[in-house]
Amino acid sequence: MTETAIIELRKVGKWYNSYHALRDVSLSVAKGEKVVVCGPSGSGKSTMIRCINRLEAHQTGHIVVDGIELTDDVKAVEKIRRKVGMVFQNFNLFPHLTVLQNLTLAPIWVRGMAKSEIEEIAMMYLKRVRIPDQAHKFPGQLSGGQQQRVAIARALCMRPEIMLFDEPTSALDPEMVKEVLDVMTELAGEGMTMVCVTHEMGFARQVADSIVFMAEGSIIESGSPAEFFENPKSERTRQFLGQILEH
Amino acid sequence: MTNPVQALNSARVRGWLYQALFLACTLAVAWYLVSNTLTNLATRGVATGFGFLQREAGFEIGESLLPYSASDTYLTALVVGLLNTLAVSAAGVVLATVLGVLIGIGRLSSNWMVNRFATLYVETVRNVPLLLQLVVWYTILNRLPSPREALEVLPGIFLSNRGMKFPVLVEHAGHGWILLALLAGIAAAIAAVRYGRRHREATGKPFPTLPAVIAALLLPPAAAFITTGAPLAFDVPVLAGFNFEGGGAVTPEFTALLIGLSVYTAGFIAEIVRSGILAVPHGQTEAGLALGLSPGKILRLVILPQALRVIVPPLTSQYLNLTKNSSLAVAIGYPDLVSVSNTSANQTGQVVEAVAMMMVVYLIISLAISGFMNWYNRRVALVTR
Amino acid sequence: MSKHSPADQAPIPTAPVPPAHWAASYEEEPSQASTPPQANGMTALKPFGWAKDNLFNTPLNTALTVACLVLLWLVVPPMANWLLLNASWSGSSEACREAAGACWSVIVVKHRLIFFGTYPYDEQWRPFLACALFVAMLGASGVRAFWRPWLAGAWALTLVGMGVLMWGGVAGLTYVPNDRWGGLPITLMLSVFSIALAFPLSILLALGRQSSLPAIRTFCVGFIEAMRGVPLVSVLFMASVMFPLFLPEGVTVDKLLRALAGMTLFTAAYLAEAVRGGLQAIPKGQYEAADALGLGYWQKTMLIVLPQALRIVIPPIVNQFISAFKDTSLVTIVGLYDLLTAATVATTDPEWRPYFAEVYVFAGLMFWIFCFSMSRYSQWLERLANRYTRR
Repeated sequence: MTETAIIELRKVGKWYNSYHALRDVSLSVAKGEKVVVCGPSGSGKSTMIRCINRLEAHQTGHIVVDGIELTDDVKAVEKIRRKVGMVFQNFNLFPHLTVLQNLTLAPIWVRGMAKSEIEEIAMMYLKRVRIPDQAHKFPGQLSGGQQQRVAIARALCMRPEIMLFDEPTSALDPEMVKEVLDVMTELAGEGMTMVCVTHEMGFARQVADSIVFMAEGSIIESGSPAEFFENPKSERTRQFLGQILEH
Repeated sequence: MTNPVQALNSARVRGWLYQALFLACTLAVAWYLVSNTLTNLATRGVATGFGFLQREAGFEIGESLLPYSASDTYLTALVVGLLNTLAVSAAGVVLATVLGVLIGIGRLSSNWMVNRFATLYVETVRNVPLLLQLVVWYTILNRLPSPREALEVLPGIFLSNRGMKFPVLVEHAGHGWILLALLAGIAAAIAAVRYGRRHREATGKPFPTLPAVIAALLLPPAAAFITTGAPLAFDVPVLAGFNFEGGGAVTPEFTALLIGLSVYTAGFIAEIVRSGILAVPHGQTEAGLALGLSPGKILRLVILPQALRVIVPPLTSQYLNLTKNSSLAVAIGYPDLVSVSNTSANQTGQVVEAVAMMMVVYLIISLAISGFMNWYNRRVALVTR
Repeated sequence: MSKHSPADQAPIPTAPVPPAHWAASYEEEPSQASTPPQANGMTALKPFGWAKDNLFNTPLNTALTVACLVLLWLVVPPMANWLLLNASWSGSSEACREAAGACWSVIVVKHRLIFFGTYPYDEQWRPFLACALFVAMLGASGVRAFWRPWLAGAWALTLVGMGVLMWGGVAGLTYVPNDRWGGLPITLMLSVFSIALAFPLSILLALGRQSSLPAIRTFCVGFIEAMRGVPLVSVLFMASVMFPLFLPEGVTVDKLLRALAGMTLFTAAYLAEAVRGGLQAIPKGQYEAADALGLGYWQKTMLIVLPQALRIVIPPIVNQFISAFKDTSLVTIVGLYDLLTAATVATTDPEWRPYFAEVYVFAGLMFWIFCFSMSRYSQWLERLANRYTRR
């Protein structure tokens, strides 16, 4: 719990009807910190990350992002969503718009930027994710890896302070995972605050400042990658690591 | 070189053989039917050909958009019927769309009560035959009180068993100008919407589209109205003897058909709208939210453009169904194309010609509508690729 | 904005870490022991909380709810009074005139006419039995466990039995010509026979439309598009006035059969499009695999393609059956005596003329019961099919 925490979750709880999805989850992320969240499926990782930009509403506890508490206040939610970029497992690109239009839509309609100005920025981001030549194609014409890189560029075009990644590589073919992880690693190197739900342990080891392990809706343990991989504290974590690192 | 047995094993030769056989059978059946028909017609002394179109029809038609009397030709009578079909279909398409979209949105509403009402509507209307619904509407309208005890639903609008009577504007030279001003206003409003969008895209700054549209729609007609001397005289229907005089009127047949067709088709359109919007994955909404777009903008920029692609093709086929269903008019005595063709066929005995003409006209309407649909699909497909 | 069912974000099971493919299972997850919070009023005081969330959560929703309540208040009490409370259930038309509500006695008096038309009064147990048999078979056909070859045999027997019952002339039953038939049996038989006869025809048309032989393809496309482009009324007119002309002199075909022929051709065109949808849904690989195994065209079609395609098109076929069922009401236009005609005839009796609404409500209810239950059935089939194809 530092002064510089940009994301702060305190005792967050969430239920789907009677199903208890998050149990008293507390987490704090400092500015520039990279947090990797892992755990078995159904452990509440995605739910937690989706609570941070209020795609899901939490029911108990507090979430504060960059000094703004998330409540059902629409204006506060809008403010936070402008600061927080998100990348989804299934890309969620807009299929009826070209790659470039996907990138410029929100800056024009939310940020009020001029088209000429944002198109230049968008092309810059497309260059950074290494697909400037695809700008005028439609998402359906791209490979999964390319689509996910477009999705990252789309989020970056909003100049976010925080990036959330919700299993960005799990819908990809193995040979495309690397091209996406490379872009994410590069982004991490530039000092972006990142929260990633991922099972890519190599990426976690290389990039993360801390690793959070969740199971059954609670955080079981968290710590630096070194501690986490070399000396896991709980039995549950060891079991999980055993399964995931086996092959 | 190839021997004939081997040739029979060639896929191409076999194809030709099958087709030749098929054509021969079809032609034989067709020749048999046609020759039977000709013999039958000859023994009954019925003429063939389309000469009858130029003869005097000799029957009255209850309502007509053209001046028509019993001394006009069959051709004119059929044109009157076609126009009646088109009139009720066009009005029905507009009404059914408005009603259907509202109910479809109601089916998606998070408001439990609205949702139940919309579901009740859809499940009732779609599961009762249209003809039954038409007969019910017609019976209700026919059992309304006579004009003397007509219901005045709104001031000047009377409902009776003779149909609906309503006030119309007395013609005035100024009306043309007002209409012209209104058209100019509509054009200006469309231009404002397009400019607003382009302005937003070019500069990112909002443009006051709504005020501009309201101003464009209201100001020019208002100005024309005042400068031409505020011509606002109504011809209100008044009871004279057993019926109303003056004003405009629609017959009970037209009204029943219009209500029945719209109410029935709206049930189907509602389901199309609902499934179209549901066809857009929830992830699209989430991506929009994550980018900070407001729900209204997500609907306008993300959901609707995608949903319309799913909605428009089945919607056009509903329009086509409505047009075809308007042929049920014959059951309640609205003089549509089918009903007029039927009368003509009964009078002249030239059934084959009458039915053929009727079918050709409907086919032309269908082809026109499906031509539009194909054009739309091609346009949309280009973008989705 | 669209509302999505909570199933979209359904929680994935936790606890004893089931194998991953379990996550796609449809079963409701067992609920966890702890309960949701009571503090923030989401679920506290259940009914009020529910109403607040579902009816009054935004100003617009509140307004809509109020509007609906007003509508309910305006419609329900008078309807309830008319339908039930003030209705008169038996007795003569005089008793009805005194009652303020619906006159259900008209149904009591006229139900035989509405159901069976002009069938000889004393023999009406025969169409009743035939309809009962028919509905029972229809119900049995909906059970997947009965989808075996013997079902077709059972249907054949049923139809023979119905024919014997309706026509008579054997086993001591008096002969009733089919121009005396009317009401529900006509509606049921026309719809079922038109679907049953249209089905094989539609398969041929759909295969023909996919054929590589231009002459056959053109013919099938032409037939399908022509039928789908014109209203059923015009097809029925054609059938009723033109068929007699097509046949050699002296050969006559009965009115019922002519209408049936028209409906069959019409239905076949629509069914063919449904079957084509099924044919197109089969992956190309299936055709290639069949070709690679050396199967000929008909072997490929009968053994590989149709069994898969027809499974897919069962729900559209049921939907087409619902349409056909509703469309049989149109035969009244060519002078056949179906359920709707019978109802209309019942309303023309001068003594009961004021009570048309009751008769139409009753007839509408009959249609509604059949159509609604069939549409529910087709939705259930679709869900079932989706469950099997979903991974």
